[in-house]
Amino acid sequence: MRRDQSAVAVIPANAGISSNIAPSVRQIPAFAGMTKVLMAVLMFCFATPAMAASGEAVNPWVAVAYLVSGVLFILALRGLSSPESSRRGNRFGMIGMLIAVITTLVTHDIASLPEIGVAIAIGGAIGFVIARRIPMTDMPQLVAAFHSLVGMAAVLVGIAAYLNPGAFDIVDAAGEILVVSRVELGLGVAIGAITFSGSVIAFLKLNGNMSGAPIMLPGRHVINLGVLAGIIGLTAYFAVLPTVETAMVFWTIVALAFVIGFLLIIPIGGADMPVVVSMLNSYSGWAAAAMGFTLGNTAMIITGALVGSSGAILSYIMCKAMNRSFISVIAGGFGADSGPSEGAEKIDRPWKRGSAEDAAYMMKQAESVIIVPGYGMAVAQAQHALREMGDMLKEEGVSVKYAIHPVAGRMPGHMNVLLAEANVPYDEVFELEDINSEFAQADVAFVIGANDVVNPAAKTDKGSPIYGMPVFDVDKAKTIFFIKRSMGGVGYAGVDNEVFYMDQTMMLLSDAKKMCEDIVKSL
Amino acid sequence: MDFISILSIFVLACFVGYYVVWSVTPALHTPLMAVTNAISSVIIVGALIAAAAGSQADGGQTAKWLGLVGVVLASVNIFGGFAVTERMLAMYKKKERK
Repeated sequence: MRRDQSAVAVIPANAGISSNIAPSVRQIPAFAGMTKVLMAVLMFCFATPAMAASGEAVNPWVAVAYLVSGVLFILALRGLSSPESSRRGNRFGMIGMLIAVITTLVTHDIASLPEIGVAIAIGGAIGFVIARRIPMTDMPQLVAAFHSLVGMAAVLVGIAAYLNPGAFDIVDAAGEILVVSRVELGLGVAIGAITFSGSVIAFLKLNGNMSGAPIMLPGRHVINLGVLAGIIGLTAYFAVLPTVETAMVFWTIVALAFVIGFLLIIPIGGADMPVVVSMLNSYSGWAAAAMGFTLGNTAMIITGALVGSSGAILSYIMCKAMNRSFISVIAGGFGADSGPSEGAEKIDRPWKRGSAEDAAYMMKQAESVIIVPGYGMAVAQAQHALREMGDMLKEEGVSVKYAIHPVAGRMPGHMNVLLAEANVPYDEVFELEDINSEFAQADVAFVIGANDVVNPAAKTDKGSPIYGMPVFDVDKAKTIFFIKRSMGGVGYAGVDNEVFYMDQTMMLLSDAKKMCEDIVKSL
Repeated sequence: MDFISILSIFVLACFVGYYVVWSVTPALHTPLMAVTNAISSVIIVGALIAAAAGSQADGGQTAKWLGLVGVVLASVNIFGGFAVTERMLAMYKKKERK
């Protein structure tokens, strides 16, 4: 009920401004709001100069400022409940970050402001340029790379806090680091280091610098559990030791954590990357939260908890969409054995080959077409050609819808972004459970670069590795066009697909982009 | 702040996160990851403290440089994360009314 009300409140706000007004005009209220908040923050920061001298934590306004930025981060995520409110949400996030940074700078004696300014300028410029230039198909790599930076930053902060605990207010009267803080520090650097090395491996796999195939070490479960136990044991040891003797223990924790991050991700195959990327997202949050505990900083704790639960929920959604347990994904190795036994069985079955002209003709006659995009579309960069095809079909009066499986692509929501990039309106794009019943009425199911998510074996074949995974019922459509590069390869699960051999299926063997362009020419 | 109040904030924030994230539409899961990435760089606060403290104590000098590197990394993430989210969100359009 509350959700409905907020949705209603949001839509008129944007609907009131007709779409032909320039986007800059639309942004003005948001900017006015931003400046107002900023001014207020700056005013109360400067109005109480006492705090700069007396240090942090004593001034309640500082705590309030961090709390405000934490709340703004919550609003940033809340905005993503619908595309209309999402951009406003993103601005809330930016304001929150600005408040957190300014509050920190204002309330500490700064010995090195120019250096900090230069550091922010360098980092900001790099980040901004990357964000502008990155192609949307490379988004999974980018997110993995960004995760690694958060992880590394957490490690650096943890080490800095260990080396100079006085600056972080985590020492007792004798100058020793507090026991609670030591546990938090140990966990913080460990999680940060795991996030870093795990994300680097995920990045290399997603970017193609490293084979997506799982790398299986003998006895890896024993090694991994041993290293994890070692980290936990050492953290406990680190907490109880007198400060002077902790150096070796601390550095060992850091080193082991880097190693375990690496070991955890190498056995995980490319296809499980959506889960891994979400999981690392979650870790980067927990790392920030652990540092927030060390600093007693509410903005960091709230953010860490938000990001941590966000990543955990996304991992859960991905696992459920593959009908696999989280443990089995983390244990890794999926897609390693593309079973030779199955290879033997799939020879010599009749299938029909279609041409671009056939597809164009059939779809023009159709009343409704449902397009099922998958990772193959992203690889072939076919989204623009696909949208062009969809537009031409719509001009012919065909109803065109897009059906997206939760695990399509290499990260959650990957396909949605690519379609949005190609100017496909988001109200033509549907989730699995919303559209699956419509295949029975659809004239054409157009599968482009997807495979396992349309495999009926998931519903019928108990022996199949993907059994139980929710799939699209494309087999119920009157005609199926299946774009695939060749008949040789099967999906990443290594399972043959019954759909290839069905009477109503026509295989369009070609590069996805080229095929879409050919169909457009024939329409 | 004492440990228990920090812990309370943390636990409550986890619940807030749980409900807020479930209400995010699946179509926006990629922007969600990008923006969570950007906001988790609030860790820059810790890096700033380390960098600002300078060399008052032993190890302060090293801590300062580590902090500065942390500031650079977190800034890449903050600017990059918010900018790429903004870029993605700008692409989500409704059907044009004819």
